[in-house]
Amino acid sequence: MKRVNAVVIGAGAAGGIVAKELSVAGLSVVLLERGPWYTANDCRKDDLRNQRTTVLGNAFGPEDRGNPRVTVDASGGIHTFLPSEGGYQNNAACVGGGTLSYGAQAWRYMPQDFRMRSIYGAPAGSSLEDWPISYDDLEPFYEKAEIEIGVSGDYSGTPFHGPRDRPLPMPPLPPNREFQILEPAARKLGLHPFHIPMARNSVPYNGRGQCMRCRWCVGFACEVDAKNGSQNTVIPIALSTGNCELRTECMVSEILTDDRGRAAGVAYFDAQGHHQQQPCDFVVVSACAIESARLLLNSKSRLYPNGIGNRYDQVGRNLQGHHYTGAVGFFDNETYDDVGPGASIAISDYNHGTPGLCGGGMLANEFIRLPVHMIDRMPPDTPRWGLEHKKAMRAYFKRNIMIFGPTQQIPSADARVTLDPSVKDKWGLPVARISGNVHPHTFDIGEVQAQRAEAWLKEAGAAKTLRFAGRPQVVSAGQHQAGTCRMGNDPRGSVVNRDCRIHDVDNIFVIDSSVHMTNGGFNPVLTIMGIAYMASASLVRNWKGTGFRS
Amino acid sequence: MPSSSKRALTRRQFVAAGALGGAAAAIGCHGHGHGEWEFLSEEQAATLAAVCDQIIPGDEFPSASQAGVLTFIDRQLVRPLRRYRGAYRDGLERAEALSRHRFGSRLTDLPPAEQLEIIKTIERDDHEFFELVRSHTLDGYYGAPRHGGNRDAVSWRMLGLSEPPLNGRAQYNLKKDSTS
Repeated sequence: MKRVNAVVIGAGAAGGIVAKELSVAGLSVVLLERGPWYTANDCRKDDLRNQRTTVLGNAFGPEDRGNPRVTVDASGGIHTFLPSEGGYQNNAACVGGGTLSYGAQAWRYMPQDFRMRSIYGAPAGSSLEDWPISYDDLEPFYEKAEIEIGVSGDYSGTPFHGPRDRPLPMPPLPPNREFQILEPAARKLGLHPFHIPMARNSVPYNGRGQCMRCRWCVGFACEVDAKNGSQNTVIPIALSTGNCELRTECMVSEILTDDRGRAAGVAYFDAQGHHQQQPCDFVVVSACAIESARLLLNSKSRLYPNGIGNRYDQVGRNLQGHHYTGAVGFFDNETYDDVGPGASIAISDYNHGTPGLCGGGMLANEFIRLPVHMIDRMPPDTPRWGLEHKKAMRAYFKRNIMIFGPTQQIPSADARVTLDPSVKDKWGLPVARISGNVHPHTFDIGEVQAQRAEAWLKEAGAAKTLRFAGRPQVVSAGQHQAGTCRMGNDPRGSVVNRDCRIHDVDNIFVIDSSVHMTNGGFNPVLTIMGIAYMASASLVRNWKGTGFRS
Repeated sequence: MPSSSKRALTRRQFVAAGALGGAAAAIGCHGHGHGEWEFLSEEQAATLAAVCDQIIPGDEFPSASQAGVLTFIDRQLVRPLRRYRGAYRDGLERAEALSRHRFGSRLTDLPPAEQLEIIKTIERDDHEFFELVRSHTLDGYYGAPRHGGNRDAVSWRMLGLSEPPLNGRAQYNLKKDSTS
């Protein structure tokens, strides 16, 4: 095969941006994606088979057949999971990755989120560290992501966010009924409610129309293409340069290295199952935290007997996501207005500054619910089945508001991805094995967050409430998975440097949520995108100097 | 073949609930030797209907079986939920064994109060099987009608939801789905 400058592995939030930035700068790029390219036509509105409710399978990959993963629980029990089962910790496998079907909350982390250890100190047994970059370093790239991907919303209601140079490029969608109920209640509690920033067109933008406010949002591909992901923004631009070739349904098996330990290309299985090799000058791994770590660990050679970048046993450690807690409030009057996306109002008053807690997280109302979402969210005294359950569904489906939030997890080095010694996928590659858990202080914070959500709902007039704050036995690292190839200055405690370059290999980069030191108290996608823009900028800058030839 | 009056009644209710005539005929064509079902035997279907209808009983709105939940479960057991075939086969057999042991009669022939007692015992003693049936019953009843349950969107209408305002640019392609 013809040699190219760059192979980018994974066409998700980060990989799409890297491919676009490199190809616009004139580099030749092959973008490899293990899944197919779905479009708005694949929305389907199937409430039992989408990317969030997967009773009948994943809508946007991976498919159940031939893609297992293994999880080890707290008591050492070993479980094999299908991609559509919760224990798998799935994100997606398709062009756009998670951004095809996500809810599209597009948050910036706060300045404090990059300095967690300096602010709070590391709880005993945790691996809490500061990032090697600051909010100010990332700010211009957050802005670039907001403009190029397209974000609507309005931060003006809250003082709790980092400094910004410009407002968001689109106004928020008009408030739905839940916003109108929750907003005055938050103010009465002395909080600062505002419009959630979303990668969703509230007005026509980037050549596509605006949100039609339907009931099928998070978990679905947007039927009118008003939700902005890499598949309908940066990837088409990359392809239009003529410098980027997208190859779908290609599963990378290994990064190939030469005698000196530098990347020479990648080996992959194409859509027909043929094993191919693509030579290149450098490799960018953007396969999301679990699969990026798995690929590095699977890339073993004489010089890298434990996998690439893994000299100090750091690849795969510090796996984290978000610990979601909150509450459901049940009201006497109807709260449901059948207007999507539903999620509309948030507070970030509680992300930092509570004495005794290492951080916190934002709280927001939940996306619009379909009936299947409410089956296990009835008032606390409701039987789980029988006539009373049916009556409760009737009474409360249109009379509830849910407030949940992503508690920032306190990472632990024991929460990790390794290779399973026996289970293999359909290509014969060892699968990811997930074990360990985040630091337990995370769950203390989550409990307080749930109480705060409940208090907000009560202030808004909820007659009954149901709190959700568990202490899960395994790390929860599904769509928000992060942390497995940390970014740091010390090669013994991290995998990549601040440019996302692997410490001991100068032409392999990991650019995705794997590099997050901590994962903020917010949905992570805009940070993934910001880092992709920042790392791409330094890649292009360095490339122009040297062409990475040594 | 059992021919209890209860089962016959259930089938009449199916027909009365509408939309079934064609569906039953179409499903019958698959011809796995189980009459109207693709996977279940008539006996298994009758037992399962008794369990499902305790999970979602009828009132002014249809019960689980009246709304097509059996069609939902049966269809999925030859499609994405193949892996639960054994669990259903064995679990339904245990349910009937329990019923014979305690009341000397088939579950489907018991009066409602005794059926309820059996289902509560299953929930306590055969928890994994009960949870499987519970979640599939509720998913089938409240989920999209295209999968065989929630016939005529009856549960959505019960909850006061309008039919989808837009049907989508792409028609749903069941054939493509069944290969996944």
